[in-house]
Amino acid sequence: MAENVEEPWTQARGMFASLLAGPVLFLFAFLLAPLAIIWGYSFGHTQGLKDIVVDGTFANYAHALNPLYLSILFKSLVFAVLTTGICLVVGFPVAMAITFAKPQSRAWLLLLIMLPFWTNLLIRTYALMAVLRTQGYINVFLGFLWNSLSHLVATAHLAHLAPFQPLDLLYNNFAVILGLVYVQLPFMVLPLYSAMDRLDRSLLEASLDLGAGHLRTLFQIVVPLAMPGIASGVLVTLIPSLGAFLTPDLLGGVDSQMIANVIERQFKAANDWPFGAALSFLLMYVTFAAIALQSMFTPKRGRR
Amino acid sequence: MTGRAIITFENVTKRYGRVVAVDNVSLSIDEGEFFALLGPSGCGKTTLLRMVAGLETPDDGRILIDGQDVTQVPPNRRPVNMVFQSYAVFPHMTVAANVAYGLKVEGVAEAEIAPRVEQALKLVKLDGYGARKPDQLSGGQRQRVALARALIKKPRVLLLDEPLSALDAKLREQMRFELTQLQDQIGVTFLIVTHDQDEALAMASRCAVMNKGLLQQVGSPSDLYEFPNSRFVADFIGQVNIFEGRLDIDAPDHAVISCPGLPTPVYLDHGVTGATGATVWVALRPEKIELSGRKPGSEPPKMEDAPQGANIVAGEVRHIVYLGSESLFEVELDGGARVKALRTNLTRWDQEDFAVGQPVWLAWHACSPAILLN
Repeated sequence: MAENVEEPWTQARGMFASLLAGPVLFLFAFLLAPLAIIWGYSFGHTQGLKDIVVDGTFANYAHALNPLYLSILFKSLVFAVLTTGICLVVGFPVAMAITFAKPQSRAWLLLLIMLPFWTNLLIRTYALMAVLRTQGYINVFLGFLWNSLSHLVATAHLAHLAPFQPLDLLYNNFAVILGLVYVQLPFMVLPLYSAMDRLDRSLLEASLDLGAGHLRTLFQIVVPLAMPGIASGVLVTLIPSLGAFLTPDLLGGVDSQMIANVIERQFKAANDWPFGAALSFLLMYVTFAAIALQSMFTPKRGRR
Repeated sequence: MTGRAIITFENVTKRYGRVVAVDNVSLSIDEGEFFALLGPSGCGKTTLLRMVAGLETPDDGRILIDGQDVTQVPPNRRPVNMVFQSYAVFPHMTVAANVAYGLKVEGVAEAEIAPRVEQALKLVKLDGYGARKPDQLSGGQRQRVALARALIKKPRVLLLDEPLSALDAKLREQMRFELTQLQDQIGVTFLIVTHDQDEALAMASRCAVMNKGLLQQVGSPSDLYEFPNSRFVADFIGQVNIFEGRLDIDAPDHAVISCPGLPTPVYLDHGVTGATGATVWVALRPEKIELSGRKPGSEPPKMEDAPQGANIVAGEVRHIVYLGSESLFEVELDGGARVKALRTNLTRWDQEDFAVGQPVWLAWHACSPAILLN
């Protein structure tokens, strides 16, 4: 019946509720309820090997506020902010290039950006390891260059170069940041692209026409108008970076632990669920703060 | 009006892939003119305008502004400013910031900017709107912001890309008047692109009609309307009846053209530059045809070999379109051809004089038809 289809959902409340029930139930059962349980755990302590007693203690939070954990949380924040910053700086020109590419090549460029999504994160991370490790592609290539140069210099009787020392590219903070940028970059580029794609080209032309150069046009017209895209790009990059645990686990060194690694250890190796729960919720609060900041910086007009 | 050339196109060509958007156009626009580029969409008029602004670069030829070759000069260093079709008012800036943008870019002192912005807003009748954001303005007001923003730069030429197309009919009428008044007031050369022939005729001192990248005709509005040089121009500007015919007699002081569609030959009181026997087209504007219910014949054409009753044909009314001030009649001639004739409704009862199916006579002066060779 066509008329029923036309009826707005506000009037077909029964239909609306029945359609909504499934997703709501799903969210409740598999997101809110587990979260509530974990939240409850964070106010308890372990008893024996597998029992948790929830007694309303704040001991876990007090423990979590220990400078050791705070410093790891802070470092995670630094890593996440750095990652986001690099993604923004790298992603902005990429998004602009796609926006201003010819229509027929635009789809292909977008496909290239999304291609990594088709590969498992673990495989991508291992691939990155193959590139970065001591005998990895970068070091092998650099070694080849160095040896060639060394050979040349030696034949010319100029000097004797020391043998090639492979660069330490893996298992340190650099590798973690690089890995995070590598994983998060598409999440930055896509919202930036969609914001810039909506930009009226004649605004840029008007700016040029009024005598502005390209840089001024970029910073006074493109960036302010792309702000909603920048804000959502920052958010979707920052939050997963903050909670990353696979990348620091595989690419990081002993001092590259991020907060998610600590949390994972509490739930697994340390078998201290209440403390892990407290740390998880601290991380969530930090994330909420980031979202609140983002919404403060997003202009209200951004809703177009 | 022949002044100093402010814009000169020299054999300008622009291609997009295999499409030739602008085809070897040479044109000169004088200082102080209100010049209109007129043509159907896709004729290359906007491309030509954008090449003046520097937003497109010609593939061949040169563009001179004020005698200077600007073909390779980027848009931000050209002494021209543009009012975009979408107005392109910066949505994140206030009206005042929009208007001030071009001055800030130039590095004009802050103290000087504010009074000039105020003055520019006054010029476009937007004084007091400086603090508003563009989304608080109507389309017409946004256009005024775009105008003020361009004019504050004191351009040598103001470029307007379809400036009235997004306005409603009443406002469009008003803006036509205001734009011509503004141009009179400040004396800046206006170069406007439009597909609306009424707009071009009403505002421009001179027009160029373009089709498929080619310049068809350049002239004053009345030149284009009364003396079109091609079927395209005759048809594009205003309404017209066009009959294909053959030039039978071509003397210095008269000519006779026989048209298969018309029951009698067309007599002209002037010569035509064409070979006898050549195919020509007779263009006759509807308002130049007199429609009457009785056979006219009182006034014989003042020509030697024009028989009594020349340029008079009989027909039957097929359609009447009542337009208020006038009525447009479609008349089927005895030969089967259909002719449009426009009749002013001189009295309030005029439209009641004619009915569909009624026999009528059409007559026109021997000087009225325009003879087209292509």
